[in-house]
Amino acid sequence: MNKENIIDVQNLTKQYKDVLAVNHISFTVERGEIFGLLGPNGAGKTTTIKMLTGLIKPTKGTASINQMDIKTQIVEIKKTIGVVTEDSNLYDELSVLDNLRFVGQLYGVSKANIQKQIGELLKKFDLESKKQAKFATLSKGMKRKVIISAALIHSPQVLFLDEPTTGLDVLSSRILKAMIKKLKALGVTIFLTTHYIEEAEQLCDHVAILVNGTIKKVGAPKDLIAETNSKKLEEAFIEITGLKEEIMLIEKEG
Amino acid sequence: MFKEEVKGSLYIALKDLKMYYLKPPNLSWGIMFPVVMALAFILRNPSGVKDLASGLIAMSILFAATSAEAIVIVFERRTKTFERLLLAPLSLQAILFGKVIGGVIFGVLVSSIFFIGSVVFLNVLFSNTVFLFLSLVLSAFVFSVFGTLVSVAVKEIFDAMTLANLFRFPMIFLCGVFIPVSDIPSFLHPFAYVLPLTYSVDLIRFFITGSYDLFHPAICVVVLIFYLIILFFFSLFILKRRIEK
Repeated sequence: MNKENIIDVQNLTKQYKDVLAVNHISFTVERGEIFGLLGPNGAGKTTTIKMLTGLIKPTKGTASINQMDIKTQIVEIKKTIGVVTEDSNLYDELSVLDNLRFVGQLYGVSKANIQKQIGELLKKFDLESKKQAKFATLSKGMKRKVIISAALIHSPQVLFLDEPTTGLDVLSSRILKAMIKKLKALGVTIFLTTHYIEEAEQLCDHVAILVNGTIKKVGAPKDLIAETNSKKLEEAFIEITGLKEEIMLIEKEG
Repeated sequence: MFKEEVKGSLYIALKDLKMYYLKPPNLSWGIMFPVVMALAFILRNPSGVKDLASGLIAMSILFAATSAEAIVIVFERRTKTFERLLLAPLSLQAILFGKVIGGVIFGVLVSSIFFIGSVVFLNVLFSNTVFLFLSLVLSAFVFSVFGTLVSVAVKEIFDAMTLANLFRFPMIFLCGVFIPVSDIPSFLHPFAYVLPLTYSVDLIRFFITGSYDLFHPAICVVVLIFYLIILFFFSLFILKRRIEK
């Protein structure tokens, strides 16, 4: 049975003056899956997320989320998506509780539902003891949990995660990956970007490999591994991105 | 949809008031500076208090409404927290309006202190309190939007203060705050005519003394609304361009 596509990207392009950050990329994401956009630093992953979440406008191409066009219906789309950016974007001066309450208000969640959602999220992410703490005083892992809680306060259908485990210690990273799997089990579609290929292999149902703004391959990790006669997705990634020769040369010289 | 946008704007304004406006540096700029300036002029000429009241109230709105407004957006863009607002299901107009409302509420609150202080301590009587209050609100909107424009136009916080003061300080002396515009040298009049504080002072003066210096109140209202619209949409235009970069 064919699953419904919740994200549909066609020829999406972003040009900044002389820099072509994203070049005619196309892919689809099925409802309820974990989709990974993989690529080295500067490949265009964050630019793609920014276009899909309405932070910047595409230069060319189209994309839809939940059958809504990102160019004309972005405010409606934002009601159905949650976004965790690479940088912390909550308010240092506000407490965890005030931050979550404020984000809930921005999304138009009713007062009663905000209280209910905050209670559940604090419990789920083990943040109850920190609810009165100022955001600035939290550890990086804790901050990540609060940012994810803020992205989930309005029960989004799609959660965008930009480099979710960057800068986290092993334990926090593991907890986060478990949370991502749990969210998938709850029916949330996850769209994540990462340059940790092993992480993508563990989590993703499908991945797209992005190099210099261009998509080189889209598929299930196991299919890409088989296609390139590799043992792991990391090897397949190196093969697909064309980095193999470069690495061999460095190893030879080294 | 419209209701959701307005609600979102108000939540942004309340958050800004809590986070930025009711803080010591802002209170000193918004309240202490106009108080000190007022005292200096009142002590010099105690009999001219009623003539000074309009200028002082207008100046207090200018400083209160712009004190934090001029740095809020540039600060939030630096700390990436502005991105949080951009991710919310609100139009850019609603976000910017929320930022403006924060400055308006603080401007009206501070000018109300001056308003009450003028009645209680200086025995100033007002010819029309309701219209005077509406004049304060309109002036607060114009100066708050001016602060917003400064905040979206610069890249660094210290640039915001420099740019805001480049306009604020000359306005004190050119726009009839302490000296009526009709009494300043005529070659300075064109500067006074293009600055919104002139119209704010004249409008407030009318509802305090019953007379005006340069322009009929109806002209002042039209000019202030014109400034409000132009500055708001110019801020929006610049902000859109900055976000895309």
